Amino acid sequence: MAIDDLTWIHAASYFGAGVSVGFGAIGAALGEGYTAGQASDILSYRPRMSGEILKTMLVGQAVAETAGIFALVVSMLLMFGELKGHHALEAWAYVGAGLAAGLSAIGSGIGAGFPAGAACQALGRQPSASGQITLNMLIGSSITQTPCIFGLVIAFLLMFIDYGAKPYYPYWAAFLGAGLSTGLAAIGPGYGGGLVGAGACRSLARNPEAQRPITTAMLVGIGTTQSTAIYGFLISLILLFKSFPESTSYVPSFALLGAGLAMGFGGIGPGIGEGITGYYALDQVGRVPEEATLLTRTMLVGQAVSESTGIYSLVVALLLVLNA
Amino acid sequence: MEFTGADLVRAAALLGAGIAMGLGAIGPGVGEGYAAGKACEAIGRRPEEAGLLTRTMLVGQAVSESTGIYSLVVALLLMFVVK
Repeated sequence: MAIDDLTWIHAASYFGAGVSVGFGAIGAALGEGYTAGQASDILSYRPRMSGEILKTMLVGQAVAETAGIFALVVSMLLMFGELKGHHALEAWAYVGAGLAAGLSAIGSGIGAGFPAGAACQALGRQPSASGQITLNMLIGSSITQTPCIFGLVIAFLLMFIDYGAKPYYPYWAAFLGAGLSTGLAAIGPGYGGGLVGAGACRSLARNPEAQRPITTAMLVGIGTTQSTAIYGFLISLILLFKSFPESTSYVPSFALLGAGLAMGFGGIGPGIGEGITGYYALDQVGRVPEEATLLTRTMLVGQAVSESTGIYSLVVALLLVLNA
Repeated sequence: MEFTGADLVRAAALLGAGIAMGLGAIGPGVGEGYAAGKACEAIGRRPEEAGLLTRTMLVGQAVSESTGIYSLVVALLLMFVVK
C-alpha cells in the first residue's frame, strides 16, 4: 500500500502536536506544584499573611505557565494550521517543531517554579521586603523563560520555513536535529536559571539591605546559565539555514542528527550545574554582602569549568555539521 | 537511493559520536556545578580560606571533568579514526 506525501505530512503534524503539549505539560505542572507546596509550607507558620502569599504564588505560577502555553499554541497550530503539502520534508519539520516547543518547555516550567516558591517562603520570613522579593522573583522567573522562547522561535521557523527545492536527503535530519538541539539544550538552562533566582529570593529574606549585590550577582549567575541554551539555538539555526548538498547516502543525514543530539543533550548538564553553583553563591551573598565580589568571582570560575562540557558538545556538533 | 553496508557503519558512527558527547556532557556539568556551589558556600563561611577552597574546588572539578573528556575522545574517535 503506497501512502502519498500529504498523508505522511498530515500524520506527522498530529504526532508533533501530541509530542509538543505532552512534553510541554511536564515542566509547568512540576514548577507550579513546587510553588504551591512552598506556599502551603510557609502559610502554616504565617496564616495571617494568606492574601499576600497567595497573590505571590499565583503570579509566580502564571509565569511558570508561559512555557506550557507556548507548547499548547504550537500543538494547536500543528493540529489546525494549514498544511502546505508540497514537499515530503514538511513532515519532518512538523515533528521537529513539536520536539522544539515541547522539550524546551520542560526546563523553563520547572525553573520558573523555584523563584516563585522561594519568594513565598521569603515573604513569610521578611514581610517588610515584599516589594524587593517580588521584583527579584519576577526578574528570575522571566529570564528563566528565555530557553522556551528559543524553542518557540525554532518551532515557528520549522513550521513556516520555505522548503523550496531543498533535497529530502539530508534535510530531513537537519529539521529533526534542529528541533532536538534547541529543545533538549533548553532543559538545563531553564532549570538552572530558576535555581539562581530562588537563591536570590532566599538571600533577600535573610538580608533585605543587601539588595544591590544580590540582584547584581543574580543577573550575572542567571546570564551564565543561559549560555548552553544559546549554543543549542545556534546549532538549530545552522541546521536550518546552512545549505547542504543533496546526498545519495545516509552518512550526512546521520551526521546532522548526531549534531542536534550532541548539542541538545550536552546543554542539559552545564545549565543545571551552573544553576546549583549560582544558588549556593547567592545564598552566601546575602549572608556576607561585604564578600560579594569574591563570591561572584568564585561563582564565575566554577561556572566556567562547568561550562566546559557544553563547549565540547558545541565543538563536536559543529564538526559533525561540517562533516556532513 | 544507494544503500551500502559501509554507509550504514559510517552513519552509525557519526550518530554515535553525537550521542556519546551529548549524554556524556550531562554528568560533569551537574557535578562540577555542585562542587562550585558548595565551594561558594564554604567561602561565604570562611572568606579568609578562599585560596585553599578555590584550589580544592578546581581539583575536584578536574576529576569530575574526566568522564566528559572520555566522551569527547570517544566522539572524536568515532568521527575521525574508526572506519
